[in-house]
Amino acid sequence: MVDVPIPKEKWSGKIGTVALGASAEVGGATGMPFLSYEGLGRRQLLAGEIIDDPSLLTELAVRKFGDAVKDPVEWAKRWASDLGADLVCLKLRSTNPEGMDASPEDAARTVVDVIKAVSVPVIVYGCGQEEKDAKTMEAVSNACAGERIILGQAEETAYKTISAAAMANRHALIAFSNLDINLAKQMNILLADFGVKLDNVLMDPLMACLGMGLEYSYSVNERIRIAALMGDRMLQAPMLCDVTSSWEAREATEENALWGEAGERGAWWEATTGLAALVSGAEILIVRSPEAMGILREAIDGLRGGQ
Amino acid sequence: MPTAIEFFKFLPKKNCGKCGFPTCLAFAMQLANSKAKLADCPYVSDEAKAKLEASSAPPIRLVSIGAGSNKVEIGDETELYRHDKKFFHQTRYAIVISDRAADKEIAAKLRRAADLRFERVGQMLAVDMLGVRNDSGDAARFASVVARVARESALPLVLMSPDAAAVRAEASAANLSRPLIYAADESNWEALAAAAKELRFPLAVRHADLNGLAALVEKVHASGVEDMVLDLCPEGLQQVVERNTIVRKNAVKRTFRGLGYPIITNACGNGQAVLMAMVSTMKYGGIVLMDDLDPAHALPLFTLRQNIYTDPQVPLQVKAGLYPINNPGESSPVLFTTNFSLTYFTVAADIEKSRMPAWLLVVDAEGLSVMTAYSAGKLTAESVAEAMRSSGALEKSRREMLIIPGMLARMSGKLQELVGVKIIVGPRESSGISKMLRSL
Repeated sequence: MVDVPIPKEKWSGKIGTVALGASAEVGGATGMPFLSYEGLGRRQLLAGEIIDDPSLLTELAVRKFGDAVKDPVEWAKRWASDLGADLVCLKLRSTNPEGMDASPEDAARTVVDVIKAVSVPVIVYGCGQEEKDAKTMEAVSNACAGERIILGQAEETAYKTISAAAMANRHALIAFSNLDINLAKQMNILLADFGVKLDNVLMDPLMACLGMGLEYSYSVNERIRIAALMGDRMLQAPMLCDVTSSWEAREATEENALWGEAGERGAWWEATTGLAALVSGAEILIVRSPEAMGILREAIDGLRGGQ
Repeated sequence: MPTAIEFFKFLPKKNCGKCGFPTCLAFAMQLANSKAKLADCPYVSDEAKAKLEASSAPPIRLVSIGAGSNKVEIGDETELYRHDKKFFHQTRYAIVISDRAADKEIAAKLRRAADLRFERVGQMLAVDMLGVRNDSGDAARFASVVARVARESALPLVLMSPDAAAVRAEASAANLSRPLIYAADESNWEALAAAAKELRFPLAVRHADLNGLAALVEKVHASGVEDMVLDLCPEGLQQVVERNTIVRKNAVKRTFRGLGYPIITNACGNGQAVLMAMVSTMKYGGIVLMDDLDPAHALPLFTLRQNIYTDPQVPLQVKAGLYPINNPGESSPVLFTTNFSLTYFTVAADIEKSRMPAWLLVVDAEGLSVMTAYSAGKLTAESVAEAMRSSGALEKSRREMLIIPGMLARMSGKLQELVGVKIIVGPRESSGISKMLRSL
């Protein structure tokens, strides 16, 4: 009888865990993704995206929500109750100074309303404009003191205000870096030096979408995962990947008789980006379309072999 | 792979130069780097050759299927992670036709397979192979469907039949060019292996247990078949990841050499066929068999393969030239960036998002990003000026304005001199383009 060895790696490190609410937790894997013989860790989670100013959204992605996209609370309920999202991710685009320029206080009220409406953990982002986001996220964090929310995002050039708020209110924090393992590590070192505990940090290494640099992200993610398992404490935070940018790829949604139905293709474009993120080490995905979330949930079930 | 010293031991140490290198040691070093062939030395004994060749054989055998320009090659991989070097032979997709299907259905599938072709950043993405499955149990029917498929398509074939007699009948009737026989298992391997050996066709070997598979592969190999492809019989996605990883890792780390062959995954009849194909593509798959493929799934699948199999050392490039975005006209401004695909995609997406019409000039910088290209001297005021001229940018846009990447502010004086239009220094980050375009 031939005996094929199982080439189990003897890793000295493991992925950290982060609590996302009273009961939910991510991370904890002790091996490369989906190798049960190396150790699976907690289930990978799917966050449904909500934008409080949906005017620039590709309609195909959110057609299933109908009018719910006009109301963040309704939208959140649809994700959590009807579509089985593990988390919701609220992006406060309304605060953009070049757009609706909503005040941090107004935005924080929206967050509080969403938290009251759903029982799943909530991720909150600003609009992407550094100065405004610092104010917005501080207001959001203070308004949600006592709730375990996840604040996005700390960047190399803007992390102090949001980190201070997260520490004061015991919120988890997303450390963003731009497609570079060294920057990802640097970001976590900056946060640790500032006093943020690593079991409150999720790391977002920027997931480039299918056809638009996915391979760079895939390899950066894999290298981060390997470094973490080899014992680099500053890269052991669970990885979060936002795959919604998939809808911006031209080929995802362009009408073309030879490319199949655009809605189906768009959903698969997003799901494929998500699948590559999972296989390369992501623990949480932020997803725009309900169809993509359905495909990805099935994929996680399959990849974990039902565990 | 043996080291230079291990090679050197077997060399004559005459420094005769007949191998094309000045000394035996120099030759040994080239051998260790796979840059020379042992056969070039006239003095090495056959025994030494056999010994060295066995230890320098690729960890995963290269198997080719079909012939001519459609021939597919799989295997000969050396890495676990693409960032360590690259993945060499991309995953191939086969659409399977049942020999019980009606003629119309067969015609439709052949057309579908032929139509699944997309051009993407200069490469053609397409279905690679066709399978014919002997569901009828009737050798004559199988033969007629295979003959038809071989006549109407030039794609390499997978003959899916457990019956060696059917496979032999097929081969003599249709003059096939090196199809893959699928698949030998515990019950039929002797007959199929004999047929494969005689016909010189590659043979897939199937077993749901890796130990059982290794034993079977050993037997098939002993019977004289060299070109094998392994079916690990995964039932779901996790088994694809796990089994493929075990086989690949054992081969490239040389912890077990008996399964050093490419992998075939049969996703026919599986409700997660597309996901299985995608996971196989990322995780060491050689061939994936599928019942069918919707174009809406094919384009993301093919694009994933293109991404994963990109050489990390050679970035994907887009074609240099002038790209219209948001229907620009004569009054629209020109921006430039490099032909590194990631840079181009980011800049193009940010211009699209601004909803402002503009011309994007893609300058050939050998696929490097803006700063890297500039530092390496691959992106100069002269090359940008030349691109402005050769692309016809100055005729298409009469705005007399060129927006340059913020990081290249230093280039503006020289560029203005060469091109003679107003130079505007854009934002350092592409995300600022939208705001800048709207403020012009």
